[in-house]
Amino acid sequence: MIRDSVVHFVLVLLFLAVTPASAQIDLTGSWAVRIHEDLEGELLGDYTGLPINDEARARADAYQGAYLSMPDRQCIMFTTHYIVRGPQSLRITSDIDPISGRVVAVGMSGAIDRMPRTIWLDGRPHPSPLARHTAAGFSTGVWQGDTLLVTTTHLAEGVLTRNGVPSSDQATIREYIVRHGDRLTIAMILYDPVYLEEPYLRSQTWVLDPAMQVVPEPCEPTVEVPRAAGEVPHHLPGTNPDLRDVADKYKLPLEGVRGGAATLYPEFRKRARTERPAPAGAR
Amino acid sequence: MRAGIALMVTDIRRAGVFTAFAFIVGLSATPGAQGRAVGPAPPPASAKARSPLDLTGYWVAYVNKEWRFRMVTPAKGDIVGAFGAIPITRDARRVAEAWDPARDTAAGEACKAYGAAGLMRIPGRLHITWQDDETLRVDTDAGMQTRIFRFTSGSPASGQATWQGESAARWILPTIPRGRVAPLPANAKGAIGAQPGSLEVVTRNLRPGYLRRNGVPYSEQTVMTEYWDVLKEPDGTDWLVITTTIEDPRYLQMPYQTSPAFKREPDGAKWDPSPCSAE
Repeated sequence: MIRDSVVHFVLVLLFLAVTPASAQIDLTGSWAVRIHEDLEGELLGDYTGLPINDEARARADAYQGAYLSMPDRQCIMFTTHYIVRGPQSLRITSDIDPISGRVVAVGMSGAIDRMPRTIWLDGRPHPSPLARHTAAGFSTGVWQGDTLLVTTTHLAEGVLTRNGVPSSDQATIREYIVRHGDRLTIAMILYDPVYLEEPYLRSQTWVLDPAMQVVPEPCEPTVEVPRAAGEVPHHLPGTNPDLRDVADKYKLPLEGVRGGAATLYPEFRKRARTERPAPAGAR
Repeated sequence: MRAGIALMVTDIRRAGVFTAFAFIVGLSATPGAQGRAVGPAPPPASAKARSPLDLTGYWVAYVNKEWRFRMVTPAKGDIVGAFGAIPITRDARRVAEAWDPARDTAAGEACKAYGAAGLMRIPGRLHITWQDDETLRVDTDAGMQTRIFRFTSGSPASGQATWQGESAARWILPTIPRGRVAPLPANAKGAIGAQPGSLEVVTRNLRPGYLRRNGVPYSEQTVMTEYWDVLKEPDGTDWLVITTTIEDPRYLQMPYQTSPAFKREPDGAKWDPSPCSAE
């Protein structure tokens, strides 16, 4: 009896050994970000490389950095698309069904102001469009070869960049996660009918670093700047004094600094050459 | 865990000998276990025939990152970004701070920013074709450069270092556990989503050049490893993302990571060749 059981067990193991798994590549571990490509949107009024429309530009022009110092704004989580170009290392985990052995979900979390997200791989549908929208959104994934293709809906309104360029709650994401040895690249295509002129691809590469600890940092709001009740830091339309700073500092054409799809392609380089330094009078 | 194993054992015992028989039949039906006819083995398929993704055609650079370092030539000494920087050494910084485009032009080195380690981040277009069944050719209109990716095994002939160096290429096919290569589904290539495989390119024997147009250097010791992935979106857009690692023991403190992106264009209508410019 015992001998039969052992034989059958070995057969089961052999069967599993020749059965392709639904998840081909192990993504789990600690992945260290390498910020070798300058992050976009770190300076006020710098919208370079962003295919944004006039509505997004107007919202960003009204933004003040002090906005995030309000106690009710300090702990707002960055939305999922921000992780790709935010200075975030990643911790990726997987949830494995103990019976089937299948990976049913991938967890992804960062250290700073990031809502942990779950990427469901069990074939569940996305919820009703009326369901709650969150910073992480609702993500499902399927393996295509060695690439995990992730679709994210139900995103809350957020920012594309730290200088206030907005993203809407109508935005959706298609995201390709691919591992090449100890490199992990995420290429994320953001579709936002409210604030983008065309789909926007962002990509970033991380390096596997088992010694790194990616521990979420708690956020406790506090009064950083005393303000009158109801005061919200902002610029009224046409009053932001900082919008030329980047163009002036780096001698860039102002049109390029203001962003937009047409500025992302090589044709703009020829104009950029002729339009430097930035024209005066925009302030 | 024990309960799970016991459950599996019980299941297999229920299935009995039939399951074991079916399993063995399944094993014998795998390609590797097929009987082979007597005679010479057919020649292996060419790299072109084995291609898991279609890279050929025209691609335009998508300048979504480092716009101010790429769309214009940054000023001398403008090396560090607002939040991010190439991990260069002190020697590299010293070289960059001595950048002199007029001197480069006079010395016949106007193409220093168009070497392989910088070329894919220069705004421009790629035209990718098969030079022959084992060689992929990438032409650029910006700087009018040509990269040659050889799939033939063995080391390429070593010669004088060039702007584009020598590139050894291979296809990376989807894997299943334990590193075996999965057969490509017949309809995988060209379907919406991730294309079923990547192109790995390792480039060496580079003539010293610039990582950025304003003189941030790389040396002749540079080795660049790239993975080319094609993503086909439902709206008809094809994206090319190149995961790139540049290693240079002389001018980089650590491997330099980038991931430039391109969009496929329907034809060469916007192809606009222009010679190298040091400015």
